[in-house]
Amino acid sequence: MTTTRTDTATPSAPTAQRARAGGLIRWVLDPANLADWAALVGLVVLVVVFQALNSSFLSAGNIQSMLVAAAILVVLAVGQTFVVATAGIDLSIASVMTLAAVVFGTVFASGAGLLVAALAALATGALVGLANGLVISKGRITDFIVTLGTLSAASGLALIIADGKPRTIISGPLLRLATGHVGIFGYSFLIALVIAVVAHVVLFHTRFGTYVLATGGNAEAASATGVPTARIKTAVYVIAGVLAGIASILLVARVGAAEPAANTAFLLNSVAAVVLGGVSLFGGRATIVGPVIGALLLTALVNGLTLLGVSQFYQPLSVGVVVVLAAFLTRFQK
Amino acid sequence: MSDTTAAPAVPLIHDVPADAILTVEDAAIAFGQVRALKGASMHARRGEVTAIVGDNGAGKSTLIRCISGVHAPDSGRITFDGHEVEFKTPHAARDAGIETVHQNLALVEDLTVWQNLFLNREIVRGVGPLRLLDRRAMRSRADEMVSSLAVNVPAVGSRVRRLSGGQRQAVSICRAAGFASKLIIMDEPTAALGVQETARVEELITRLKSEGHAILLISHNFAQVLRLSDAVWVMRAGRCVAGRRTAQTDGDEIVGLITGARAGDIPVEAA
Repeated sequence: MTTTRTDTATPSAPTAQRARAGGLIRWVLDPANLADWAALVGLVVLVVVFQALNSSFLSAGNIQSMLVAAAILVVLAVGQTFVVATAGIDLSIASVMTLAAVVFGTVFASGAGLLVAALAALATGALVGLANGLVISKGRITDFIVTLGTLSAASGLALIIADGKPRTIISGPLLRLATGHVGIFGYSFLIALVIAVVAHVVLFHTRFGTYVLATGGNAEAASATGVPTARIKTAVYVIAGVLAGIASILLVARVGAAEPAANTAFLLNSVAAVVLGGVSLFGGRATIVGPVIGALLLTALVNGLTLLGVSQFYQPLSVGVVVVLAAFLTRFQK
Repeated sequence: MSDTTAAPAVPLIHDVPADAILTVEDAAIAFGQVRALKGASMHARRGEVTAIVGDNGAGKSTLIRCISGVHAPDSGRITFDGHEVEFKTPHAARDAGIETVHQNLALVEDLTVWQNLFLNREIVRGVGPLRLLDRRAMRSRADEMVSSLAVNVPAVGSRVRRLSGGQRQAVSICRAAGFASKLIIMDEPTAALGVQETARVEELITRLKSEGHAILLISHNFAQVLRLSDAVWVMRAGRCVAGRRTAQTDGDEIVGLITGARAGDIPVEAA
């Protein structure tokens, strides 16, 4: 993350540190950057409120189950972030996860090993992502329409392959993936965390990441300086597809079955987490930390409401309200 | 600037120096039915500001797009730095040392000044696929580039969105000047700027020239052309109808050449 340089004078060594600290405070309080912190503020508020209402909210056990529950959404939100950073959107991300899960189940049930099944799931995600990306960047068709079509096509394909029936997956390693933990951190959350860290490095410390942000910020300017914007646009959909493939493995491990279910909540929540995280839907401005916190917030919201005994029916409603509030806050602060 | 009684101006077209940084001979290009360039010839000397003037639609932008690799001319020859060149892409022209400051500036507003300066020229360290950006090196290099060139120094860590028009122009020009470029093409660099900012950008152009950069300047502002340039080419209807040393011409003559009230140096093509 960048800190703005606050002075033009060249600071000497001891004052440099103070100037940097001052710059950091100013950077945090800057309205344009404050919007980036909306998710964190929201998360803290939620945690305080839920803890006050139910003291078991912050128990080690509940934190652990929340983090595990958040893992899939974190992975999807990271993928969605790359797409949104280029001013695109991937509406198919959850159905690609469903399709990859069904492929995983089918390959696994056919007697192939776990690794082969996992690779098949990743390859499925990558291929669908590549198809999305090529149609959008080379075919010049609006991302919204293309991924809406893929949403339907991928869930349909999943139904066809699975013949509409869930397939139970019994596998020791998958069970360990779902239940194993280091301290309060479940394996699946740790995987999501590693993915988020790698994504952060890719977005902010590689040429590719800079090109992603440049393509989203001003595609015309980016191509004028020689950035291959069409390839970048294709690549982000491949990334989203591969991450949907990884999410599908986490999903199968968690559910214990490969289901051709719709998973629409995951789609809405992945976009919601990105918006909560302060990522601009117009592209060019993105963080990984923001959407990850956004995903944690959404998970904490659902978990807290469940702990308080609020009917399940209220959960989508509350998620919707929070997301619109966050979007409003972002807009208001800019 | 000379008065009208001075010696008759020498048409530049017959005076191509042997070491010109750039010569264009008979460049022609058509877009469908529209013949945007009909055999334009011009040249630019090393270490000079060469201006191109002309009315809207005269072919100025098309000519510089041919030079900067955006378009490939249908016929004609372009020689740059002693070699005949045929740029397929802007990237190729950039690699050869031709930098363009685009009219729309080609800056990404949500990236910082240093990210824009190094866009597609990032400094990386490491090997193979594990190459990471050397952000520190780029920031400090950017700091040097900006503070050595611009008067109105923007902080290199600030996003371009926060900069004024003049500062953006300065960033754009710094980017063009910063990478060992041999020729910098500027398309209307002060068109969108106020009086003070225009003065600063002109100062920057003079400075680049004094550092030995050759500059190709497109401008609608005759006073600016007379102030900054060493040579002027006048374009009309897809051709360079006249070229003058700036010291041997004046605003009236240039206006006359642009409108066609004065005959150029080359025979007018029969319509």
